[in-house]
Amino acid sequence: MKFGILVFPGSNCDQDCFYVIKDVLGKPAKYIWHKDTDLAGLDCIILPGGFSYGDYLRTGAIARFSPVMKSITEFARKGGTVIGICNGFQILLEAGLLPGVMLRNKDLHFICSYVYIKTENNDTRFTGLYNAGQILKIPIAHNEGNYYIDAAGLKELRDNNQIVFRYCSAAGEVDDQSNPNGALDNIAGIVNKKGNVLGMMPHPERSSEKELGSEDGYFIFQSIVKWLKV
Amino acid sequence: MVKPDVYHSLGLSDKEYRYILKILKRNPSNTELAMFSVEWSEHCGYLCSRKWLKLLPKTGKYKTLIGEDSGGIILDDLAIVFKMESHNHPSQVEPKQGAATGVGGILRDIFTAGARPIASLNSLRFGPLSQAYNKYLLSGVVNGIQFYGNCVGVPTVGGEIYFDESYSGNCLVNAMCIGIAKKEKLMRARAYGAGNAIMYVGSSTGRDGIGGCSILASNEFKEGEEKRPTVQIGDPFTEKCLIEATLEAINTGYLVGIKDMGAAGLTCCTSEMASAGNSGMDVELQAVPRREENMEPWEIMMSESQERMLVCIKKGKEEQIKKIFLKWDLNASVIGRVTEDGLVTVRDNGKIVARINAHSLTKAPIYDMPYRKPSYLRKLNKLEFSEIPDVKDYNKVLLKLLAAPSITNKAWVYRQYDHMVQTNTVVLPGSDAAVIRLKGTNKGIAATTDCNSRYCFLNPYRGAQIAVIEAARNLVCSGAQPAAVTDCLNFGNPKKPESFWQFKNCVEGIRDACRSFDLAVVSGNVSFYNESPKSAINPTPAIGMIGILNDIHKACSQNFKQEGDAIILLGYCREELGATEYLKEIHHLTKGDIPQLDLKLEQAVQKTALKAIEKGLVNSAHDCSEGGLAVALAECCISNKDKMIGADINKLNYDMRLDALLFGESQSRIILSCSKDSVEKVRKMALKFKAPFYVIGKTGGRVLRILNDTEELIYLSLEDLNEQWSGSLRKKIEG
Repeated sequence: MKFGILVFPGSNCDQDCFYVIKDVLGKPAKYIWHKDTDLAGLDCIILPGGFSYGDYLRTGAIARFSPVMKSITEFARKGGTVIGICNGFQILLEAGLLPGVMLRNKDLHFICSYVYIKTENNDTRFTGLYNAGQILKIPIAHNEGNYYIDAAGLKELRDNNQIVFRYCSAAGEVDDQSNPNGALDNIAGIVNKKGNVLGMMPHPERSSEKELGSEDGYFIFQSIVKWLKV
Repeated sequence: MVKPDVYHSLGLSDKEYRYILKILKRNPSNTELAMFSVEWSEHCGYLCSRKWLKLLPKTGKYKTLIGEDSGGIILDDLAIVFKMESHNHPSQVEPKQGAATGVGGILRDIFTAGARPIASLNSLRFGPLSQAYNKYLLSGVVNGIQFYGNCVGVPTVGGEIYFDESYSGNCLVNAMCIGIAKKEKLMRARAYGAGNAIMYVGSSTGRDGIGGCSILASNEFKEGEEKRPTVQIGDPFTEKCLIEATLEAINTGYLVGIKDMGAAGLTCCTSEMASAGNSGMDVELQAVPRREENMEPWEIMMSESQERMLVCIKKGKEEQIKKIFLKWDLNASVIGRVTEDGLVTVRDNGKIVARINAHSLTKAPIYDMPYRKPSYLRKLNKLEFSEIPDVKDYNKVLLKLLAAPSITNKAWVYRQYDHMVQTNTVVLPGSDAAVIRLKGTNKGIAATTDCNSRYCFLNPYRGAQIAVIEAARNLVCSGAQPAAVTDCLNFGNPKKPESFWQFKNCVEGIRDACRSFDLAVVSGNVSFYNESPKSAINPTPAIGMIGILNDIHKACSQNFKQEGDAIILLGYCREELGATEYLKEIHHLTKGDIPQLDLKLEQAVQKTALKAIEKGLVNSAHDCSEGGLAVALAECCISNKDKMIGADINKLNYDMRLDALLFGESQSRIILSCSKDSVEKVRKMALKFKAPFYVIGKTGGRVLRILNDTEELIYLSLEDLNEQWSGSLRKKIEG
């Protein structure tokens, strides 16, 4: 089983994801340059965080036109496993692989901090190793993580059980106080209808080792490995 | 003949102009005059400071590397390269872009050395937040640092922010960067080997920043001046691409040398690379990528457009290197060749517009500046305790100090910086020093910046010594062995003898403190002319220091970890109040003698703390500094907001003024906490190193209580402490 990690100009968590897959998870990984289109032999694609094209226009707005994104769309259509983290999530939204948009954080500042999220759906290929409702300690680092979707879209997300993670307090309360960026319904991560594409603002690759203060994110990668094996 | 008002407007004196005539043996062309003016500016040429900078030790306990634009130490097979640099004047004029380009410039100094930047820090100074413009500056500077640093993907892990009236009208923005490289991959900023190619890479050249170093950085601010056009504009996305492309290019082994086009742009790169390589260079300006039309040759040579570098490439390998930069959508254009004649020859469409010996451009005149102790110090250094009214309510004082901008929690700032990218940050911002691991090893680097400029104002020599040893103490508290220093020396107008006296004394203080701790100063920067129309800034020799942890699993932080631990004070409390934050915030006084410093005692305290941390005996360690014992204890209680733990300090028994006991800033003190079982082991260590050791209380509960003998001085709930400490900065800035 092999992971592919996309590299856009301005990606800056690509090497962190590579390290986690290869050195922590112990699985093969390779970088995919944004101008490449060949995804043969890959089982899971990671769109890492960063500032693709500087995010000068709108987060992810230019990256979605990279040649590789056509291949990713096809890969996802066929049921391939795709995970977008932070800027990767924003790119998936721009590319239409996930529904909704990102607004600026409610306090208009970039926020880098540990937060807590609640596993709302552990019946996905990304979350199979978590208990239902499990609370994860995991960092966020973004300027535009204020997720928004219209009422009909939100209803659809809820009805299809597509909301995977919600921001919460250390004790698990999902409320305004524990919502760091103003995201609608405290949404921190969602999957597409088919459940093979995950987008999340928090960084699991930054919370996969004890030395860094939390290992809670590690089990997202481990869940994928387990799911792909079955 | 060039008219005096022309060269004066470029910042050159009559004497310097005569010297130029002597070197050239003819009148300079416009381009040549411009080139001399920027290379001989104080910012690039270090005319006033060079004589004194030579005093700083270049060797220490770790093997050092001193490059043209940065320096570092060797750790096993790694080179750790680091440097701190000022961007004060641009930030005062345009805070966001000034700070952003400060970060960009220091990053380039690191990765042009072949090192991947792994951490940034910054040392900031502003005037009081009661003034709207200072709020604007702080917000703008923080915005600039986050805008640039977050995008390039280098974590901003630490730093310091202080506020003082002397910085109103001239804020300080000092940016530090640390990078690592395999030691055999290090690059120098040199060009040599006749026929080797000189390639320009990165952004195109525009008119921004012309004269930034000679006009902006080498003069003081005067009333009502508009200097915005001399500030550069940053593009962190291009910088991120430059980092990746440059490191890829260096990896080929085809590069001879590389240098950032920072201050003085192309002039600085051509002349300094040629001079450092003992060679010459012949370049054609028409080959320089430009983004504005009709630029004059002198404008191209002086422009400080950002995200550009000059690379010297082995002859015949130009295309391979070009391909790498083009892959990252960056300009790459061969603009000339290395020559053997020692001359920098600049052509415009083949026509020579400048031809100067490289060494004569880079060897700016050295001035022996007069210095004199300021007469005001005699009065200011005197402090009678009877002048200071007794305080009745120590609780109120502690709460006020915790809310004081220089002491209060800086989370509002560092939350805006990505401090975790690269997944190496083991101790996050908010403790004495940040700790980053070195992947693939058990080792780590701790880093901090430090300077109490009020101390340096009242006693520059000892103040600078304290800046060095306090930085070391911060590193020790995180579990690191202090390893080496970079300095960023911020002072007023060097032509004023009082200002220069401060500079000279601070340099001597740094020298002596570094020698006694066996630390080398591997890199640095001088920023003079930090004056507003009202006054000069406090002398501010910001010290950046890195330390080494042999095992990051032993890294230590300042907050108490568990209930029932013993609280230990290493060191003594002396009856000292001079120059304290307490005196300034509560009594509105900046005077007195600054805290005493006993280097032997300091060594004993630091050795004990470090050994105890390395042996895994202690659960927390925190330096006692601004605000004294009471503030330090409060910080130990509340700095982990998820797990605040109270403390009962019931074994103090001092016969002295109680405000001095609580808020005095005696040096050489560290607060440790450890489990009861470890107390005797730590005591034995202290005995061995001859460090004063006192168990002063224990952790637990929801209150900080401090007794002296039986008298209760402080009794405050953790919530009350935290409210003042955590919420104040944001409230002051955002209302």
